[in-house]
Amino acid sequence: MTTFSARLNLHLERIPDQVAVILQVSGRDDLPITYSQLLAGAQGFANALGSSGIRSSEVVILILQHGPGLIHSYFGAVIHGAIPSIMPFLTEKLSPERYRADLTALIHVTRPAAIVTYAEFEQEVRAAVKDGDSVRAVICMEDVSPEVPDPSRWGGLKCTPENTVLLQHSSGTTGLQKGVALSHRAVFNQLDAYGQTLELNKNDVIVSWLPLYHDMGLIAGFLLPVLFGIPLVLMSPFDWVRAPYRLLQSVSKYRGTLSWLPNFAYNFCARKIRDRHLEGVDLSSWRAVINCSEPVRPESHQAFNQRFKDYGLREGVLHTCYAMAENVFAVTQSDLNNNPRVELIDREAFMRDRIVRDVNGGSSLKVMSSGRLLPNVQIQIVDENGHVLPERVVGEIKLQSNCMLNEYYNRPDATEKALVDGWYLTGDFGYFSGGELFVSGRKKDVIIVGGRNVYPQDLEMLTYEVPGVHAGRSVAFGMFDEEQGTEEVVIIAEGDAEDEMGRQKIADAIRQYVTTNSAIALRYVKVVGPKWIVKTSSGKTARSANKEKFLNELKNNGHL
Amino acid sequence: MTKEITDTLAKHIAEKILKQPARIIGAEDAIISSGLVDSFSLVDLALFVEDTYGVRIEDSELNVSTFDNLNQLAGLIEARRQK
Repeated sequence: MTTFSARLNLHLERIPDQVAVILQVSGRDDLPITYSQLLAGAQGFANALGSSGIRSSEVVILILQHGPGLIHSYFGAVIHGAIPSIMPFLTEKLSPERYRADLTALIHVTRPAAIVTYAEFEQEVRAAVKDGDSVRAVICMEDVSPEVPDPSRWGGLKCTPENTVLLQHSSGTTGLQKGVALSHRAVFNQLDAYGQTLELNKNDVIVSWLPLYHDMGLIAGFLLPVLFGIPLVLMSPFDWVRAPYRLLQSVSKYRGTLSWLPNFAYNFCARKIRDRHLEGVDLSSWRAVINCSEPVRPESHQAFNQRFKDYGLREGVLHTCYAMAENVFAVTQSDLNNNPRVELIDREAFMRDRIVRDVNGGSSLKVMSSGRLLPNVQIQIVDENGHVLPERVVGEIKLQSNCMLNEYYNRPDATEKALVDGWYLTGDFGYFSGGELFVSGRKKDVIIVGGRNVYPQDLEMLTYEVPGVHAGRSVAFGMFDEEQGTEEVVIIAEGDAEDEMGRQKIADAIRQYVTTNSAIALRYVKVVGPKWIVKTSSGKTARSANKEKFLNELKNNGHL
Repeated sequence: MTKEITDTLAKHIAEKILKQPARIIGAEDAIISSGLVDSFSLVDLALFVEDTYGVRIEDSELNVSTFDNLNQLAGLIEARRQK
């Protein structure tokens, strides 16, 4: 069993001049980075960490945007033997006060020894560090220059496969303080198993726009290619969202073979790319475009196929995968030689009895398979008492593998709750059918917006800070939008207002406040009079009942 | 002329992006920095401007420093139409 540093050392010896990453930034020339350049950049950061007294197995938080600094500092921490973790950079949407509070909370739980950021952001970072905190160094990336790679100085070569190599912070504000700690062994077990399933080969080129602070971006769109010697074309998520055609142009230009996308991106690309941006684009090199990290929809695949089939997109290259950071990444993968299976099932039996039956006349539901288990993963579908359920009965997905998390970092309470007898309870619902996993929902009220997990409780708490909103009287939930291919956030709040104008004012205040404090865009914000919101007998907000009420109102008003 | 453009843009944003047809958006109201129009919808807005006015807004211009309210966006549209 190898380690990250041993693998990188091998690349440095064998393929120093091979391009590891082609970095794309809007408005600049593409920047190819070879393994020797990558490790020279990394050596600079490793030296900087060393001279700041940072030791092996201490945590280093990286607060950097997409760019060479992020890549170099990530592997700098790795070869130093430290544990890197990426925190999303402050965006123009998020309020600096909230960002600072999140950073303070992260420092409190994760106890990093160092933070790497930009000179112009240093003050912001220092403001979040309190006296007596664990942070001993704030390193500005501008002060760090590449150095000749010198493996004899790499603390990372002394790591054992069981050591924690990285922390992956799950998205969402409540989840922020829960860092998934992964070992070298777990990551390589995952990459070996997943690589085998994907039949990775030397002709592969991975193209990604995914953020590196998310598991799909970090594992599939960063570590897998770099550690396996597969060229990676990496663009910024901020560039992609404003110009989705860039993904397709890059696939065409570099003959990309593999990409991972959340479901909404299929709709986004299908609907928002102009023909003029596709001139000369040839997508025939794509052998798999893998749909992952939010519920997978056959309609989204259909729209994507339809839109790009005239640009060389081959039939049968759109695939699905079920993944989570706690298992490093992939749990299942659809068979690359076939389209993912779609089942038409009886809606009533599914909704009422949680049983999956082929449709026979009545109303149907279309569900797409997430594929078969990776060879190193076992799954059980269990009921609320933990009893294992047969095929085609819906229950909670429970998994075990040789690539699971070591722990939630510094969170023994959360670790103990999540891992029972070596099994991880995912909180997702699904069923098996013909050896394939169909994921059908989730246990908790998590909303998944564009691949990002959002906790409604967090959004509701924020609304109570808005003047005019009654404490405890608001509800947030997700509503699937067919056109966008993802969930959109709805907030309903009871507020003090005389008339429609007054309600609109409070609704605007909620929208602005919640967005700048969560970086989540809200689709519907509705301010209502007293007693609109449905509560359970124990006084809890009943999200599904409120959602139903809201949907009925939309329907009755002809908006749906 | 500017008012005609800002009214059309306001209507589009209210109906198609916010899905609140009755929503009034003032020509000086911040639309990006306020979170009213999120980054996923900025492309929509650029496509709408292109289809309606034949004016292109490049993706590198889709940020607060180019425009943050409807008057600014209308100004940009008018300037480019005259070219």
